[in-house]
Order: sequence, then C-alpha cells, then structure tokens
Amino acid sequence: MSVTLADKASVLREKGDHPAVAALVGWKPEALADARWDREELTLTIRLEDIQGAGVAVQQAGFNFLEDVTAVDWFPATPRFQVSYHVLSHKFKERIRLRVLVDGDSPSLDTITSVWPSANYYEREIFDLFGVRFDGHPNLRRIMMPEEWPGHPLRKDYPVEGYR
Amino acid sequence: MSELTATPILEAPRAEGSNDQTMVLNMGPQHPSTHGVLRLVLEIDGEVVVRLYPEIGYLPTGIEKTCEAKFYQQVVPLTDRIDYLSPMHNNLCYCLAVEKLLELPIPDKAQWMRVLLSELTRLNSHLVWLGTHAMDIGALTVFLYTFREREDILRIFELVAGQRMMTSYFRIGGLSMEPPLDFFDRVKAFMKTFPEKIDEYANLLTGNPIFVNRLQNVGHLSAADAIALGVTGPPLRASGVDFDLRRDMPYSSYEKFDFKVPTSDRCDVWGRYLVRLEEMKESVKIINQALAGMPEGPVKADAPKIVLPDREKMKTQMESLIHHFKIVTEGFAVPAGEVYQGIESSRGQMGYYVVSDGTAKPYRVHMRNPSFATLQAVETMCQGRMLADVVAVIGSIDVVLGEIDR
Repeated sequence: MSVTLADKASVLREKGDHPAVAALVGWKPEALADARWDREELTLTIRLEDIQGAGVAVQQAGFNFLEDVTAVDWFPATPRFQVSYHVLSHKFKERIRLRVLVDGDSPSLDTITSVWPSANYYEREIFDLFGVRFDGHPNLRRIMMPEEWPGHPLRKDYPVEGYR
Repeated sequence: MSELTATPILEAPRAEGSNDQTMVLNMGPQHPSTHGVLRLVLEIDGEVVVRLYPEIGYLPTGIEKTCEAKFYQQVVPLTDRIDYLSPMHNNLCYCLAVEKLLELPIPDKAQWMRVLLSELTRLNSHLVWLGTHAMDIGALTVFLYTFREREDILRIFELVAGQRMMTSYFRIGGLSMEPPLDFFDRVKAFMKTFPEKIDEYANLLTGNPIFVNRLQNVGHLSAADAIALGVTGPPLRASGVDFDLRRDMPYSSYEKFDFKVPTSDRCDVWGRYLVRLEEMKESVKIINQALAGMPEGPVKADAPKIVLPDREKMKTQMESLIHHFKIVTEGFAVPAGEVYQGIESSRGQMGYYVVSDGTAKPYRVHMRNPSFATLQAVETMCQGRMLADVVAVIGSIDVVLGEIDR
C-alpha cells in the first residue's frame, strides 16, 4: 500500500518542497484550501476565486502542459460540482491535479483559457455536459450535444436510459 | 435547463475586420478527407484560409455516461469503441487506472504482453494513418500496401482475442486468457517481413516530389503553440518537443525496453510524417525485445475476488465457483478515490480519469483523448495557408472522430 497524506497540514509537512506546492504557498497561502497525496498523485484543492492565479503560479513553477479538464457531479452533496484540472510538467515528468469545488445553483467559475488556451474545448465540454459556466470564456457554446438539447447529460440527476 | 449562448454557426467564424471579400465555406461532415464526421467551417479569402472553425458533435455516443451504469469490468468493451483504430490502448489505459485504484500488482508476463500488443496496435493505427494520409494527398497506391500489412495485424488480434477490432483483450488484473500456442510464432513471422515494408512505403513517398511538395512547410506549428494548444504525440514531437510518456513516465514495464523517441524540428506536416515513420521502426524494436524476453508465468493477477477464475477451476472448486458467481452478478467494490492514468497512444497522450465512491460501479470515468485537444490546433496550422493544405493538415494530425465525440 502506498502512503496517503489525507489533509493539507500533512501534505505541507511532507511535500512542502514539491514545486507546485511551494509555488502556490509562495503566491498566496490561503488559495490552497486543501491538499491530498494518494496513490502517488497530488491533489491540490484551490479556492474557487483563485483558480486563474493558481494556474499562473503552477505554470511558472514548471507545470507547463494542461492535459485535461473535467468535472464530477457529487449530487446531492454540497458543493455539488468538482472541476479537476490535470497539469503535466515536461520538466519534472510529473502530473498534479488542481481541484475546484463549485456550488450547485448557477454554477460558474473563471476560465483558465487565458493561462492555457487548450482549456477552450474542455471547458466547453463541461459547460455542455454539466452546465457549469466559465466566466470570460471566448466561445462558451455547446460542443457535443445539439444547441437546443434540454439538460446536461453527465449530471447525476439525468437518467442513463429512456426518455425524460 | 440553463440558458444557452446560441450563436449561429455561420456568424461565428468571421474574423475581425473581414470584409465582403471573404466567403464562408462548409467542409464536411461528410467529406472523404475528414476521416469521419468532422465538419470544418472555413472563412476563405480567395483560396487563402482566414479562419477555420472545427464543428464537432456529430457522433456523441455518451460512453462516459454509460460507464457510470456498468460494473468496472463491463466498461472495458466500451473503451474499445472510443478510438476504434487503437482499441488496445484504450483497454490498457482504463485497466491501468482501475488497477491503480485497486493497488493491484500485475504479473510480468501480462505486462509484457500488454506492451507487445500496444505496439502492434500502434503499427495498426499508423498504417491506417499512412494509407489514408497519402490517399488524401492523391497517392492512392500506398493505401493498398498499408492495408495489406494491417490485415496481418488484425489477424493476430483475431487470434489472440477472437476479435479483429473490438478486442477487449486486456482485463482488470491482467489479460482475459493465455495467448494461443502459435501466437508468438505468428508475431515473429510478421516481424521478420514488416521492417522492409516500412522501407517500401518510404520508397513510394519520401522521394516522391508531388508528395514532398504538398507536405513540406505546410501546417506550421511552433513548439510553444503546440504546448499551449494541448497538442500531444507525433505532432508535438514533430514540433521539436522531446516528450513521450512511454519513456518519461513509464507504465506497464516500458522502462525495461530500449527504444528511441523520434523527434523533428521541422514543425510541419512533413515532420509529422517522418516522426510517425520512425515511430513504426521503434515499435518493431520494442516488439522484438518483447518477443525475445517474454517472461514465463501467469497472465492474471492473484486476486480471486477481482479476476475471474479459470474455467477448469470453476468447474472443480467450490470457492472458485462462488467467486465467479459473485464477480459476474455483483462486480467488485473498488476503494474510494480518484486516479488519472496517462499512456502514449498512437495519436498522443491518452488519459483515463476514474473516480470511485467505493461501490462496484465507477462514479465517473472521463477520457482524455489526444484527437480532441489536437483539433484545437488546426486553425493555427491552417491560417494564412491555401485551402488545399487543410486536407494535408487534417491528415497529419490523424484524427479519429470516435474519440473526439465519445
């Protein structure tokens, strides 16, 4: 079994010199809401309003490649949505996960397309399939479903089979 | 239902400051060189592309949603259908992700078999790419040659998995069964003849002045743009970025293999062609190493509550029968957590993000598919170039629409 560091304090203690952790703490310590080290993967929970700045901070720390952005619907728990960003470093050959928790009613957060333009399609996909809005996105339109499609298919209250 | 920002598509791609000189042209979704149902809306000034707007979503199958209603093992056949040209890569990536959640060690022979078959899949996919790419440019002959060799690979897949394309041969905990007795001989026989076939393709194309002129200095993509736009795999390496997950973040015992990562500084379609040809030669090297050093032992992990028992055991041992019944009817619970597993597929970095809530069905499965991100770079590659170059660029990024729309 691999080591699990379940809370922010233990990650800061054990992994304080990790480049991404150090960059975030150096930029704005309160932006880092929570942290977890599990199955050799580092998850950093960022405050909702700080995601753009956190993106810039980890990008400058060497995590240059945004690999993936997606969301998880934790319905009926609150906050309902989790947006996960997987950022890869070509230099350190390592991957981190940034995580933002978004409230269920009229969910929205800042876009990170200004930091990584590749987030464009991923954020459109989340908007389409989860109904989470990204403020400041250059072209926030449905990407997979037809424009007039009712509802957001990947939400947990959307049925897997049959008609609504 | 939340309100939508509906923008009529024909209004969307007009560039700033454009005038009546430009014209909006629709290409696809049923265009032979878009390799599926990709629709491109182009704004052109004469024959020069001013803006290009990929419009996708003609093929969504809701695989991510379906995964949430299946047991973990039942998801494996769904992953084949995402990228139908490299099914084994999808199987591998999903299985590795779930095995990471379970923290399940995999026997050596299963890992080496996975490497061997992954590289055969890469050859299979690159052969389709080479044939169709050359056909788009106008060189029809190559297509017939590459599909001849692809047929051999598909026969090997059929031998090992019973299926030519939707293999589902990798399972959580190893492989579905031992490879058949003549499997290694068949692969060895294929590997003996294949390297000279690569030279045969190169002979047809690399010196062909029409092909060279259509490809060189077309579809320029700088390294910085490639990273910013999420481009991975051969297009990234053809822009001079030396990064390959097989070497840099090895999985499934790739660290035990000796191979080179071909790169090119050309940043154009020609560079991508050269990189993929070299990659095929490196894949041959890896397969030969896997054949030479294939370890002995089981192909399934020793985890009776996760891996289905052998048929023989199931019929003679009570305990195995119970395990079989439980796995088939109830699945197996996976500890809560979230993992992301990346692998290098034929088209670039593939990633599976699996979230478990501790039950027998995945809470969320998300696929990071290389074509989806790479498609964003098409506009950058085509802007200011001729309309005919768009076809070459689309061929060079090797899109598979099944994995874009999922």
